[in-house]
Amino acid sequence: MPTRRDFLQKSALTTAGSLLIPNFLKAYELDRMGLPPTGQKIVVVVQLSGGNDGLNTVVPYRNDIYYRERPTIAIRPEKVLTLTDELGLNPALEAIRPLYDDGQMTIINNVGYPNPDRSHFRSMDIWHTASDSNQYVNTGWVGRYLDAQCKGAPSARAGVPYRALEVDDTLSLSMKGDAVNGLAVLDPKKLYNQTRSGLVKGLSAATPASTPEHDQVAYLYKTLAETVSSAEHVYDKAKTVSTPKLYPASELGSRLKTVSELIQSGLETSVYYVSIGSFDTHINQPGQQERLLRQYAEAVRAFMDDMKRAGRTQDVLLMTFSEFGRRVKQNASNGTDHGTASNVLLFGGNGAGPATGSRVINAAPNLTDLDEGDLKYTVDFRSIYATLLRDWLKADDEAILGRRFDRLPIV
Amino acid sequence: MEQIHAPQRQAVAQMRHLFNRAAFGATPAELDAAARMPLRRVVRKLIDDSQKVEPLEVVAREEYDSKKQLKGLLRNGMLDRDALRTRIRENAELVRDLNVQWLDRMVADKGALREKMALFWHGHFAVRAQGRNALVMQDYANVIRQHALGSFGDLLMAVSKTPAMLQFLNNQQNRKNAPNENFARELMELFTLGRGSSAGVNYTEHDIKEAARAFTGWQFTLEGQFVFRERVHDDGPKTIFGKTGAFKGEDVIGMLLERRETARFVVDKLYRYFVNETPDPARVTDLAEQFYRSGYQIANLMETIFSASWFYDKANLGAQIKSPVELLAGMRHTLGVTFDAPQPQVFVQRTLGQILFYPPNVAGWPGGRNWIDSSSLLFRMKLPDYVLRAAEVNVRSKDEADVNATLLARKGANQFATKVDWAGFEKPFARVAEADLPDALATYLLPLPLRPEQRDLLLKQLKPGQDTSEKLKTLTAAIMALPEYQLS
Repeated sequence: MPTRRDFLQKSALTTAGSLLIPNFLKAYELDRMGLPPTGQKIVVVVQLSGGNDGLNTVVPYRNDIYYRERPTIAIRPEKVLTLTDELGLNPALEAIRPLYDDGQMTIINNVGYPNPDRSHFRSMDIWHTASDSNQYVNTGWVGRYLDAQCKGAPSARAGVPYRALEVDDTLSLSMKGDAVNGLAVLDPKKLYNQTRSGLVKGLSAATPASTPEHDQVAYLYKTLAETVSSAEHVYDKAKTVSTPKLYPASELGSRLKTVSELIQSGLETSVYYVSIGSFDTHINQPGQQERLLRQYAEAVRAFMDDMKRAGRTQDVLLMTFSEFGRRVKQNASNGTDHGTASNVLLFGGNGAGPATGSRVINAAPNLTDLDEGDLKYTVDFRSIYATLLRDWLKADDEAILGRRFDRLPIV
Repeated sequence: MEQIHAPQRQAVAQMRHLFNRAAFGATPAELDAAARMPLRRVVRKLIDDSQKVEPLEVVAREEYDSKKQLKGLLRNGMLDRDALRTRIRENAELVRDLNVQWLDRMVADKGALREKMALFWHGHFAVRAQGRNALVMQDYANVIRQHALGSFGDLLMAVSKTPAMLQFLNNQQNRKNAPNENFARELMELFTLGRGSSAGVNYTEHDIKEAARAFTGWQFTLEGQFVFRERVHDDGPKTIFGKTGAFKGEDVIGMLLERRETARFVVDKLYRYFVNETPDPARVTDLAEQFYRSGYQIANLMETIFSASWFYDKANLGAQIKSPVELLAGMRHTLGVTFDAPQPQVFVQRTLGQILFYPPNVAGWPGGRNWIDSSSLLFRMKLPDYVLRAAEVNVRSKDEADVNATLLARKGANQFATKVDWAGFEKPFARVAEADLPDALATYLLPLPLRPEQRDLLLKQLKPGQDTSEKLKTLTAAIMALPEYQLS
């Protein structure tokens, strides 16, 4: 009986797409196909784009300043889903409340960075690259994690793009490394078909023989080789699994379903990346944010339940962040303007957070000590990255982040 | 074009290289014409054809209400919230129209060198549209276009005074007793001196602090005009680069231009962009000296570069990865493509990671291999199908963080409706034998000759019963889908 490895080698050589690839790269490609399953821990990043209002997500429901500064958009105390003496959840997050009660959810308050930038794009850039706010970096923290894996392993075996996978059509900066980029896959079958269609398919009978000596040509064909073999591998894996779990029909629901199926397929991916947008609530915030938070909570709940059903809760840690929180004081349009620090939510892991008591690991936002109307950060977001990298993924956080950040007791 | 003889082919290849770097590609007919002229005359003609500059205009100053004014109107109860939203949205549409109008200029028959230089300066003096304020971006674009081939000193002074720059780098907040160093820092680090090398730094933190004081009072009015506000200017003495005086912003810019490091830094960056990402230090030194002595004359410098025999060295051919805007503009120019609507052109820019007026940050687009990942490469290889054959687009670009921009980005983005001037493109190939078509086309479209297996693969794309014209179209689309077409 042919082994899986044999099958992969054979199919990699006979598919249409790979025949575009010059021979000198074939060896390279084969080298990558025999990866051992990682059996490793997995991080799932859920990015909320647009600047989610943290104060109306995890609500300081006993804080007079909060109610004074937000006369029309504050969440009334009686509506809040109480977590601690000070904090509770927006009622739209009802679906994840049981996860908190179950010890499966951790809240980190006041996460940000020094000299915060209030522009969406720039602040997201900073979160993606893990740079200081006055630095411009062209690689992302997940991409550099891939680079580090690549360097750490003999014959660069670990450096395949799908070790970090973004469920989307295009790739975020966070996923770009120096030597390796992550892979963007919204739909494994669609990507697979793309690598087999049109010109690529028509070219299938040829066997390129010569080695391009041209640097850039070699680089482009190497990227193509990785893409074609990754698309095939991910699709091969993905088609073996279809989760019975029902997910909400939202965009995030369907993307997390894809993540779940890929995890359950045994794909050798350490980091999954998913984002949803529209959190830029300058005008009439309450209805819009509640709708988004409800979608978010229902999708995350479905995902975590699915992981539990599949027995993978211990291996999977889901992190949610946004590029910034919003101003404490509401604006004149029932909305909020761009702010600074905000909360980060974690789900799963080894029952993340302190062993006993509250699963809110640090003090609630201090609304009496603001920086031009915005929260001051008390936790650098790179401390969270460092913790995930070192304590969860067992990677070299200092090499990836460029320096040491204090780690947190969260995994 | 008769049979393509070797000398002719070599001349065309040389012109293809020149027009890819100094412009946004060229049609086969243009390359044939250029290949019959002496190189110096071709380069001169590129410069002469770029002498005139017509401003971009999507919004007239007097018709324009800035976002701030709109909010003022709202407070006075003169405008309801829906009307405000509509106006903000209209502004976003104006920035989009500005984007596409500029792209059209890049594609046009004349002036491509100016637009190519302006695109370079857009990445060098990178300003990102904020608040979708169309007028300030229009002024900014016209300043970098106007000075694109002139004196770098004039360009630096003018762009530093654009409201777009002053806003982006927070100089509006740079006041006496409350300095904001953002502009002064980027001015030295990214626009002129560069940080310096291991041999030594080019400026100190103290220089930045003092220079920031000199730029206090450089502001802009609500109407989007530069203004020097004496009352917020710090007129005390400053010490910059070891000199002391009651310097103003203009003095600092003058001091930066006096330093040879500025010429060196700018020339090095130009070389990396127009010639090769790995610069030749001796060559850069010579060019920088020329640039400095000429009083920073950009056109002269570029003429020297494009006329030099080393510019056409094998090591430089196909050494650059086309940026998304270069790819799109190049495809449009080469095939005379017009789009029925602006949206798909912004969609291409967005999906591939380079939207005009939206560089990622003040350091500009990182470029080179940063353009390429699995998804962007597949999309690039599919682009000829979208543009030339209106193939269905099943790729979505990411949400913009900002609500208004997202709505704008999505609408009609993937409905490519284009017209292609095939008749004009085909003409030079009329007498080429069918079997020679792949190589003939490759000479005009690719930086490298076809590999034998590529030629076979291309020929396999042809379908039985296609006439010569259809064959040419099929082959052209296929060649433009090759990874090699991504190279300039």
